[in-house]
Formats: sequence, C-alpha cells, structure tokens
Amino acid sequence: MADAMAERFLRMRTVSSSSSHSPPAAPQAVSPHEARPGLLDHALHLRWTLPLLAVLAALPLVASALGEAFYVGLATRILIFALAATSLNLILGFGGMVSFGHAAFIGIGAYAVGILMQQGVVSAWIAWPAAVLASALFALVVGAISLRTRGVYFIMITLAFAQMLFYLMVSVKAWGGEDGLSLAGRSVLGGGFDLGDDTRFYYVVLVLFVLAFLVIQRLLNARFGHVLQAIRENETRMLAIGFPVYRYQLAAFTLAGGLAGLAGALLANQSSFVSPSLLQWNQSGLLMVMVILGGVGHLWGGFIGAVVFLLLEEVLAAYTIHWQFVLGAVLLLVVLAAPRGLAGLLRREPRA
Amino acid sequence: MTGVLVLEQSLNGLQFGLMLFLLAAGLTLVFGIMDMINLAHGSLYMVGAYLIATAAAATGSFWIGLAAGVVGTAVIGMLLEVTVLRRLYQRDHLSQVLGTFALLLMANEGVRMLWGAQPIALNPPDSLAGPVELLPGFFYPAYRLLIIGVGLGVALLLYVLVTRTRLGMQVRAGASNREMALAMGTNVRRLFTAVFGLGAALCAVAGGMLGPLLAVQVGMGESILILAFVVIVIGGIGSIRGALFGALLVGVVDTAGRALIPLAFGHWLGPEAASGAGPAVASMLIYLLMAAVLFWKPRGLFPAHG
Amino acid sequence: MKTVSAASPLKPLAVAALAALAFSAQAADAVKIGLLSTLSGPGAGLGIDIRDGFQLAVKHGGGKLGGLPAEVVVADDQQSPDVARQTADRLIKRDKVDFMTGVVFSNVMLAVGAPTFASKTFYISANAGPSQYAGEQCNPYFFSASYQNDNLHEAVGKTVQDKGFKRVALLAPNYPAGKDALAGFKRFYKGEVLLESYTPLNQLDYGAEIAKMRAAKPDAVYIFLPGGLGINFIKQFVGAGLSKDMTLFGPGFSADEDVIKAVGEPMLGMFNSSLWAHDLDNAANKKFVADFQKEYGRLPTLYAAQGYDAARLIDGAVRDVKGNLADKAAVRRALEAARFESVRGPFKFNTNHFPIQDYYLRVITKDPQGRVTNRTLGTVFKSHADAYVGSCKMPVA
Repeated sequence: MADAMAERFLRMRTVSSSSSHSPPAAPQAVSPHEARPGLLDHALHLRWTLPLLAVLAALPLVASALGEAFYVGLATRILIFALAATSLNLILGFGGMVSFGHAAFIGIGAYAVGILMQQGVVSAWIAWPAAVLASALFALVVGAISLRTRGVYFIMITLAFAQMLFYLMVSVKAWGGEDGLSLAGRSVLGGGFDLGDDTRFYYVVLVLFVLAFLVIQRLLNARFGHVLQAIRENETRMLAIGFPVYRYQLAAFTLAGGLAGLAGALLANQSSFVSPSLLQWNQSGLLMVMVILGGVGHLWGGFIGAVVFLLLEEVLAAYTIHWQFVLGAVLLLVVLAAPRGLAGLLRREPRA
Repeated sequence: MTGVLVLEQSLNGLQFGLMLFLLAAGLTLVFGIMDMINLAHGSLYMVGAYLIATAAAATGSFWIGLAAGVVGTAVIGMLLEVTVLRRLYQRDHLSQVLGTFALLLMANEGVRMLWGAQPIALNPPDSLAGPVELLPGFFYPAYRLLIIGVGLGVALLLYVLVTRTRLGMQVRAGASNREMALAMGTNVRRLFTAVFGLGAALCAVAGGMLGPLLAVQVGMGESILILAFVVIVIGGIGSIRGALFGALLVGVVDTAGRALIPLAFGHWLGPEAASGAGPAVASMLIYLLMAAVLFWKPRGLFPAHG
Repeated sequence: MKTVSAASPLKPLAVAALAALAFSAQAADAVKIGLLSTLSGPGAGLGIDIRDGFQLAVKHGGGKLGGLPAEVVVADDQQSPDVARQTADRLIKRDKVDFMTGVVFSNVMLAVGAPTFASKTFYISANAGPSQYAGEQCNPYFFSASYQNDNLHEAVGKTVQDKGFKRVALLAPNYPAGKDALAGFKRFYKGEVLLESYTPLNQLDYGAEIAKMRAAKPDAVYIFLPGGLGINFIKQFVGAGLSKDMTLFGPGFSADEDVIKAVGEPMLGMFNSSLWAHDLDNAANKKFVADFQKEYGRLPTLYAAQGYDAARLIDGAVRDVKGNLADKAAVRRALEAARFESVRGPFKFNTNHFPIQDYYLRVITKDPQGRVTNRTLGTVFKSHADAYVGSCKMPVA
C-alpha cells in the first residue's frame, strides 16, 4: 500500500523513467504538466556523448602518431579517476551521503589485485572481480554502521574507517607497509591480449568506464535511482511514506564501494604500484573535490570533475612550478562563480 | 616501565592535548556559529608558525616574534573572512569543502613561494632550551612546561572571554541557536569576523608553540587538522568546553598509546610486532575512541546546540 | 613491459618515424638527465643539496656532460613513493631522459627503480643505496655514486665498539634504510643494545623515545635520522638534558651542515662517520668546496658531494662512449670503469655497481673561524666493500 502511494508520488514528479534519448534541458519557467523528462532523470545527451566517445577512442592513435605515447597513460589514469569520482557521486551527489572515506574502497580494490599478484594469481578474471567483491563487502560493513548516523557524524565515521584501514595497511610489512607494493606486471586477460601494452590497457579501461557509466545512468533513471534522489531531497518524507530508506542507502553505498574497488584494481594495474597513500584522507578529499568541481548530483559530474582537475594539474605543472596556487585559485573561482559545479554551468536546468 | 616514564608521557600528553585544544577551539566555534567546514584552518596554523618564526628571527626575541605573529595571523584571518569566506556561509557544506580546500592549496603554495620549500627554524627562547628538575632525578624539558603553561593560560582566558564578556555571550548564543541570536539583534558580520580572527589567533599560538618541537614546514597543518576535527566531534560541535575535554582526551590517549602499545606488543608479541603493528594500532586508537564516544553520546560529549 | 602497438594504418608512418629516430640516435645531440629528488618537506635540504651539487658539476663542464649539452629536468618526489613513481614515469616516458638520478630516500628509490630499469634507463644514485639493490635485486642499470646504506652505520658501529661503550640505545626511522642502518651498526658493534626503536618516517616529536631512553640509561645513543628528523631529535634530546649523560653518535647524514645550521652549538661533540668531508685533501674536492661556497653561500654536505660525483660519473661515461647513448652496453661498461675524478679521492665500483671506498670519522667542533662544523679525525675503514655483494648475481642486461 505504501509502495503504491510512493509510486504515484514519484510518478507525479516524473514523466518517463528511462529516457536516454530525451532532448536537452527545456527553458526556465515550465509547466509541470508538459511532457519532458523528470527532475530525477538524467539524460545521456547522445548528441554530445557519441562524439566524445569517438574522441576518447581515437586518442591513443593520435597520441602514438605524435610520438607522445605517455599521454595514453595519463588518459587511462584520468578515466580511472573519473570512474572513482562517478561512484562517489552516486552516493554523495545522488544519495546525499557525504562519505569522506571513499578512498578506502579504491585502496581495497588496488590491494586486492596487488596481494593476489604477490601470491601468484595474475588473472584479471579472478583478481578484478575479487577486488570489486572485497570493496563491496567492506562498503557493506562500513555502510551498515555509518548509515545509522547523519550529517557531520556520518562524515567523520566514514573518515575514521578509512583512516583505520590506512594505518592497518601501513603496518603490514608483508604487503609492503608504508613503502608500498610493486606489482610484477599487469593483470593477464588471456587470449594473447597483453595489457602490458598501454594502448590495449587504455581501451579496456575505456570499455569498463562506459559500461559502469551506463549502469549508473540506467540505475538513476530507474525506480532505485528515483527513490535514492527523493531520499536525498527529503528523507523524513520518504520515511513517513514507508520506504526502507536505510536499505536503499546501504545498497547504493555498497554499489558505489564496489565500483570504486574496480577503479582501484585498474589503478593498481596502471601504475603497477600500490601504497597506503591511496587510502589516506587526502585522497578521499581529492575525490570529493573532483565531484564537487564537476557538479554534485549531475550524471557527468564525476567525469567532468576528474578530467578538469587532473588535466589542469598536468597542464599547469608544465607551465609553472607554482601550479598548486593557480589550481587553488581556479577551484576557488569555480566555487564562487559556479554554485552547482561545472556541469551545472553546462546544463541550464529549471530549478525545482 | 617505570614511574618516570609514565609521568613523562602524561606530561607529554597534556602538552599535546592543550595545543590541540587551541586548534580545536577555533574550529569548533567556526563550525558551531558560522556552520562552516573550514579545511583551511590548518593553513592558519601553518601561516602563524611561519610568521612567528620570521618575526622571532628578525627581532631576535621569541616573545616578540610570538606576539607579532599572533597579531599578524589574526589580521590575515579576518581579512580572509571578509573577502572570501563570507561568501561561503550561505552555501552548502560541500561548496565550503571545495572553497576552503582551494584556499588550503593556495596557502601551501603561497608559503612555499615566500619562504621556500625547506622547513625553517624556530628556536625556543634560550632560557628555556634546557631541562628542569621537577622531582629529584626527574628532568623534563622546560620548553614543554612552557607549552603546558601557555595552553592552560589560553584556556583560562577563553573561559573568561566566553563566560564573562559580551562577545562571549554572543558567541555562546550563536553557537547554541544561530537564528535566534540573529533575531535578537547580534551584529552578525562583526561577530563572525571577530570569531574568525580569534580562531586564527589561537591557531597561531599553537603553531608558534609547537614550531620549536616539530618542523615549521609547508603542509604542517594537514595532519593536525584531521585530529582537530576528531577532537571537535568527540567534544561536541560548538562547545569550547567540549573542545578542551576532547583535546585533552585525544592528546593523552594518543601519546600514551604511542608509548605503551608498542611496549605491550613487544612484551607479548615480540619486537617485530612492536615496530610494525604497535604504531599502527596506536594511530587507530584515536578513531576507535571517537567511534566509542559517538556510540555512547552521538552528539559528542558536550553538545552546544540546545 | 610496454610496447607501442602499431597495428593500424599508421604503421608505415610509425616505422618511418622510428627510422628517423634510430638514425639520429647514433650521436645524440644532448644528454637528458632526470633529477628526481626530495625538494619539499623535512627532507628537502638533502634533495636541494644533491641538486645544487649536480648542477655545479654541469656548470664546471660548461653546461655540458661528456661533451654533450646537458639538459637537467628537476622534479620533486615529495618524499612519497607514490608521487615518485608517477613522476619517474613522466620523466622516462614523456621527457625520455637518458639517465635518472637524485632520489634521497630508499623507500622512494625502491618504487622508482622498477620502472626505470624496465625501461632500460640508467639510474645513478646520488644517495639512496638500499641493500636490496646491492644484493639479491642487483641490476645492470643501477649504479651507486654514493654508498650502500649500511656502510656509514658500520663505520660508527666499529667506532663505538672501539671506544669501549657497552650500553647503547638505537633509533632509526621505520623504512628500508632505517633497517639497513641498525643492521649495519650491529654488524660491528658487539656490546649490549638496551633499546632499539623504529619511528614512523613522518614522526617529528620524539618525546616518547626520549622518555624511554631516559628510563633505560644507556651510555651512548646512536641515531639515524636524516635531515629534518635529526634536527628535531637533537634539539629535543639536548632540551631534555640527556646530552649530559649520553654520548650521541650518528652517521654523517644526521650531523652534516644542514643539521648543524639548524641546531648549532648544542651539537658540539657529536661523532659521526662519512665517506666524504669538506676538509679532505685532494684537488677535485678543494675546487668543489670553494666553488660551492661561492655559488651557493654555504658549505656543502655529503649529499652535495654525492650529487657532484654523480654528474661527474655520467660526464666520464658519456665522454667514453663519445656521445653514443643508444649503445647501452657500451654506456654500462663506461660507467663500470668510472673514469672520473671523485671529490672523495680514488673511486672504483664493486661487481654489484656499489663503490669500494674509505670511510672517515668526524667530530663536530668549532673551526679556526669560529664556525660550528665537522672536523675529520681519522679513517675508520679503508677500501671498504658492502656486505651484500656476495648475494648479487648480476643479470645479463
């Protein structure tokens, strides 16, 4: 009964629940009865995404032709962080859960791959799913405990978990301790497809990112995503209606953790190195900054934030030794001028 | 494990806790009254240490340097508040995180540009560079005693300020119910600027006091910032009393843990565990402490909000 | 591990480009050095000294190394193995350096080593000398222009033993060089070890360790705390009053000009060992010390001397192969021959690419000009090799 009521409530605010071909945002003042995608829906805007995908796919070829193969590695790294940031956006932006310990899930994924490789298990088909599972499991545990709290206390508890994991990994010498763990090589996919080749690895990462992105987009436009966003808007109301808020949040948290674990596994492969610094609160903060920069609660927020932040870092570092100052200034400008992040600037969305 | 060791570590813990209190007090006020997450708080601590070190080296006197640096940092803090931070009050916490993080980056690089990447020296006053005999046969560094003294003195000053002055009354009102305080006619802008300046001054005192012990270097604020956040969560956001209690608790537990846990591990599990797992568990202790406090008292030990 | 895949229509283009590159590699028109060092944080002084020493050598060569114009790309590893790894990647893959050098800390070195050797780039160490690279993991692309981590500690261990101290407390940071340090010390010191502490690399407050030392009452304390760590410890040690009852020993790193400048007179009387001293009597050293003071306004530390020597080693090797850097085997042979004038006197490599050299005992005193500085007392070891060369089976490159 409560479910049916909720459905009607949600349907009042949305027109269609999965509209990946909807036109871009409509003008400012709009009658709520017009046939347009709901406020809780997120369009893929294929008009822009397909060309973007083409550019991303062509990147290694262009880079190799110019003799700058290094940038393929950089692009891979950016895509991995985009994946991580998008997973954080799922809970931070769409779920309203400010987790300051997201780096822990990335770290677990990375260490899973590293430790397995140290023990001789190099197959990607075993190691990567293991990474996802391990971090999802940890996310489940952390979420189960932390989601009982709210606000700044939630932030601090998630931070505490990440810090404790950090100190744990620092102390275990068998897994490299503070100095980190060097991986002998990249994971093996089999079938002669050598991931050691930067270009091949890039394509694998690109495919995985696109898949993950599509999964998130579908999820957000489905009932699960709508409920999650509605919880973010007004948790008390959703509780009153009868939604199992805690369970939805925990599910989202676990999913985000698993995706972050995948990002971690890829990161471990990309640099062939895992160290506890991946788990530190600075890394969690950095991820948050990327999401906020890109646009909290925007589908593309994680991607845009990661790309802009890491590219800025790379470009600025080439120009001046004081790049951190310029980076800080740019971020400050964005905060003051773009209240809803860069994606918010791009989308002229009608305000609820 | 002798009594001397325990005594010395207790004093070290007290000293560390009092310095944490200086940082946490400012942070909890800003969070409690202005409802702002300020990641740049650690940067004020760093700037304070640098200003004090420079002033002390220029004038040849630690005390003049301290005074000058504290005043300078308070001014910088207030300037920062008026120009940038004021615009972030109305924004959500996440925007504040991004904005103050940007300030943190700029502060780090700014200090690096002005003073170079290498740590600079801040020496304690010559009269206090040696040990003092507290008990027969027990020597303790005079300088650490000074830190304890200054910490207690500042705590007392803050107590007087908060409970006996008009400003303090407004601070307490703002911390427990901001909207009401505004409705009752508090001059918001001046109060906020004053609070921020006070917080910056406290940071500078901590920076100047700890400078001779630790290194005055770029990024020195980050590690202590996270501890300060833990302290205010344990103590209760917006409460200075909570900040004091929380800081002392964290200081003593952390220091005692670092000394005793590796010893205990070494005793029962061998030297490998002592040097490996020992410090790790000791570091985790603070977070376990925070989790335990939150479990028992979810709003912290002395929540300010009514 | 990394190969550029050219299975695309661009293959002919790529082949042509490669051909052009191969052609030009016959005689490179410049030698590119990647100097990755710790330029920020408490260890910054060490990296800055290595950089300054290295660049002074380039200046002495008229901006050239081995007759080729030298392009030195300086980067900061922030004392983080993580950052160092990424930066090394950038230096090797984007900037395509011919030699890598500069790393101060051994944990960073171990992270940077793997990708450097994998890309067949030579690494000339201006400081870090982990035991792993001297023994089991020795690599044809690694050369130490400095020392092997244990050596300086072995020298102090022998000194402490010879001076008759029987009760010693030890302190080192918890990372590969720290462990190498105390292992080396104990190899030559046979008395009683009352306390052996390892602290986290970023710990700056030694209150707890000092309290434990006070309780244990040794008659000598041996510390290995490079750079800023040493500065802090010594100040706190003296501040706690322990310097009255316990003699302080350290390797040269904890007692060189950078620490002296920060601590000053409280350090007088501290013994330390070093492979080099600024008062060593040879022509190359006299020129080096004089020019370093003139250029940078301070006395060089042993890090600067090592940076200088690293550059000169590269200079000699590039000259020997007449600029043909593409012939890696020839470059390696030239490096192994080490035909250059080192500021520490005669220099030669062992089979594991680590030096066989003398180690001196120094003490901190006031020199005739009233400056607090090191004075060389004597030689502890002559033509000393490291303890790990036996387990090195150098692979064929």
